[in-house]
Amino acid sequence: MGRSFRAALCDPKVIFGCGFILVLIVLAIFAPWIAPQDPLEQNLMLGTLPPAGFVDAEPGYWFGTDDLGRDVLSRLIYGSRIALTVAFIAAGLAALVGTTLGLLAGWYRGWVETVITRLVDIWMAFPPVLLSTLLVAVFGSGLHSVIAAIAIIDWTRFCRVVRSETMAQASMDYVTAARTIGFSRFRILVSEILPNVAPVLVALVSLEMGIAVIVEAILSFVGLSVSSDTPTWGGMIAQGRQIIYQGWWVMVAPLVMLLLTVLAFNQLGDGLRRALDPMMRR
Amino acid sequence: MIALSILNRLWLAAITLFGVGVVVFVLLRVVPGDPIAMMISPGSTPEQIARMRAHYGLDGGIGSQFWVWLKALLTGDFGTSISLRRNVLELLGERLPATLELATAALVFAALLGGSVAIAGTMVRRTLLEPLIDAVNGTVLAVPDFVWALALVLVLGVFFPVFPLSGRIDPSLQADFATSFYLIESLVRLRPAQFADVAAHMAMPVLALGLPLAAIIARVLKETLLEAMVQDYILLAKLKGMSTLRLVLQEALRNAVGPTIALTGVQFTFLIGGTVIIERIFAYPGIGNMAIDAVINRDLPLIQGLVLVFGSLFIIINVLVDMLVAALNPRLRHG
Amino acid sequence: MTRSLLSIAGLSAVSDRDRGAPILRKVALALERGEVRGLVGESGAGKSTIAKALLGILPRTVRVTGGTIRFEGRDLLTAPAAVLRQIIGSEISLIPQDPQTALNPGRRIEAQLTDGLRLRRGMSAREAHARALTLLEEVHIREPDRVLRAYPHELSGGMRQRVLIASAFALEPKLVIADEPTTALDATVQKQILRLIRGMQKAHGTGVVFVTHDLGVVAQICDSVTLLYAGQVIEEGRTADVLASPQHPYTKALIAAGPRYDRPDAGLKPVPQAVFDQLRAEIGIT
Repeated sequence: MGRSFRAALCDPKVIFGCGFILVLIVLAIFAPWIAPQDPLEQNLMLGTLPPAGFVDAEPGYWFGTDDLGRDVLSRLIYGSRIALTVAFIAAGLAALVGTTLGLLAGWYRGWVETVITRLVDIWMAFPPVLLSTLLVAVFGSGLHSVIAAIAIIDWTRFCRVVRSETMAQASMDYVTAARTIGFSRFRILVSEILPNVAPVLVALVSLEMGIAVIVEAILSFVGLSVSSDTPTWGGMIAQGRQIIYQGWWVMVAPLVMLLLTVLAFNQLGDGLRRALDPMMRR
Repeated sequence: MIALSILNRLWLAAITLFGVGVVVFVLLRVVPGDPIAMMISPGSTPEQIARMRAHYGLDGGIGSQFWVWLKALLTGDFGTSISLRRNVLELLGERLPATLELATAALVFAALLGGSVAIAGTMVRRTLLEPLIDAVNGTVLAVPDFVWALALVLVLGVFFPVFPLSGRIDPSLQADFATSFYLIESLVRLRPAQFADVAAHMAMPVLALGLPLAAIIARVLKETLLEAMVQDYILLAKLKGMSTLRLVLQEALRNAVGPTIALTGVQFTFLIGGTVIIERIFAYPGIGNMAIDAVINRDLPLIQGLVLVFGSLFIIINVLVDMLVAALNPRLRHG
Repeated sequence: MTRSLLSIAGLSAVSDRDRGAPILRKVALALERGEVRGLVGESGAGKSTIAKALLGILPRTVRVTGGTIRFEGRDLLTAPAAVLRQIIGSEISLIPQDPQTALNPGRRIEAQLTDGLRLRRGMSAREAHARALTLLEEVHIREPDRVLRAYPHELSGGMRQRVLIASAFALEPKLVIADEPTTALDATVQKQILRLIRGMQKAHGTGVVFVTHDLGVVAQICDSVTLLYAGQVIEEGRTADVLASPQHPYTKALIAAGPRYDRPDAGLKPVPQAVFDQLRAEIGIT
């Protein structure tokens, strides 16, 4: 396992993904010191100014301003806080719930498995976007709702994968050996199977973080996330969409940021999956 | 034998759908915020409010509400939309065809594009072109439909205005449609101007929905094709004198398609889920567009109807895909 | 003097993957028209490599470093691609080892059998169908109609191999490479298939290179035999001669190692290490 981790760290995809996310984390934590302007400060005199390099650009406002005169770059930097918060917490929760249920279903089988898989089927019959807007409406808008909504919707992704992975592991010889020695079923589950399911899980969590960022962006695009004062990339995109003919950069900047972030998480997940995958089976 | 498994699937589907309905029902009753309160005009008497509540099936405890709702559902009564004040079933019926056309067009587009890329990728195996195709495909794959839609709005709507940015058809051409299936009807009735206009309005949403799916199809189909191409029977076919293209299309493809279809089916259901936001971005009048407003307005009957429709679509697609995969595999056919 | 059908001379090849390790060492082999020659050796001896070279499907990692493969006088190693396309598949054909994987599970037998006929002989669908029926009858398949309409998974292993044999002889090839065609079959079916191949070969006057590791098979249907070890020809000659009076200790040991059906209690005698040592010294392997 140690060797494959080292291999993982050398994979270019992992390097790019990790690197970009680290940059984002730095931006998010040190936003007040890094951002050139106050993200909330409106200045109608400086409304809808183009980014640096264009005619009429204002120095100090590198990516231009939106129609209310707010600095796009600063809002972008502050927006990373929301994105990363949602990414880590929501993905983590979804992974927790999904993995637990997946392990239980794949290991104990029987009626436990039937109930859980039935549940997964019903869950997956909902269009994710619709369900998430529904849940946010139920819980009331706000970051906690968004996180809860994402976790509640996406746990099925983890459950399915972990379940099939658990079943595959359960049929392996080392498990039979452990049973004959007399380990309890629960102990085998936690100390033998879980560590072997971990590699697949790590990659999936990374992918899930990318998905979480997108869902949050969609929700704030639609206006169902945090209040419109707090800068979010989705909210910026929505505002930018309104004035797209006058100031295309207001939509492009957060869109590109969103894209790069999702790509980073995807590449990280991809690279990890390839590096940590036991070669015997695939 | 086959009939039995179909019946089994339908039965499971029915249970799932019921489950979906129950979940939505419970979920919506938990919603804070009284939709009725939002609708009443000032000065309404308690009797009027009570009557309104009864009209929308919102009186009584949860148990009786559920019973009332279930009975109504089984008789085809989906209730009245609170925000749009019209029969829910009618509303759904009006807008569902638009979404169906959109989703189907996106699927066809994705299948054609993805299939071609997969076949091309297989034929340039081990040449310099292969990693290039893989890289481009991987990039397209990573971009979600939401981002594609906005990028397309930017590029093809604002910078190089090629396609219309919103709506389904130019109002002046709307006139005399018998059904709500504008695209199909204009094709069948040979109305080129209408057809072209509807198609142009659909172009960007179809691209936004279809590109990610095309990338997935391309990747999976290429993998399965390559697996098939190293089999012994390909070698024997090659010895018979077949060109590489023929080998891929005639010999390998039929064995590679099965697993691809299974995965495509699942991804297609995600695509349909994606119409909720894509239709919104392009102001396309389908059921997806209605959904967000319905949620914001706490329009319970409409939300319930929408969820059931989406749920049914998902389930129907899954059943169809299962049947298709079984039909295509000669081993399963002869059971 | 009739020109040999096939004449391999000084054929050498190395493995690029294995840092130039030799796979074939100046192999020589000759085949007359209508002759069946066995190509015997243990796994890794190089017999499949020779077969692949004859069919033009050597893997990328194997590089020919010398020698010629003359088929009816033409060197296959240097012939232009167009000529090779003409010969391989039409004048040289293959009976593959595993009938399970050699047939496309998604296509009916008729389609697979008539492909070559329509592609290379320009037959119409009807003509090819008729010819396919005849071919199936030749390989003793009863109800050829039903078999033509069937998918491979509906047929038994033996039937599938018969179909493959029919397919190999369909275009009246001059040379057939039989790549251990009975290895994947039950013992009871093996004998039938061997006899069938012999019968077809005699009827069509086809030369056969029969790749196998089993001397018993060689005794049954091969006119002549070539023994390989580590890519080098150890002994060769008419089967009767080689089996009756083997010259090289390796050949003697191989013959002695075969199970004696007339003395079932005799036990098996593996090839002694001394023989391998001698071989290694002769060939020059450390």
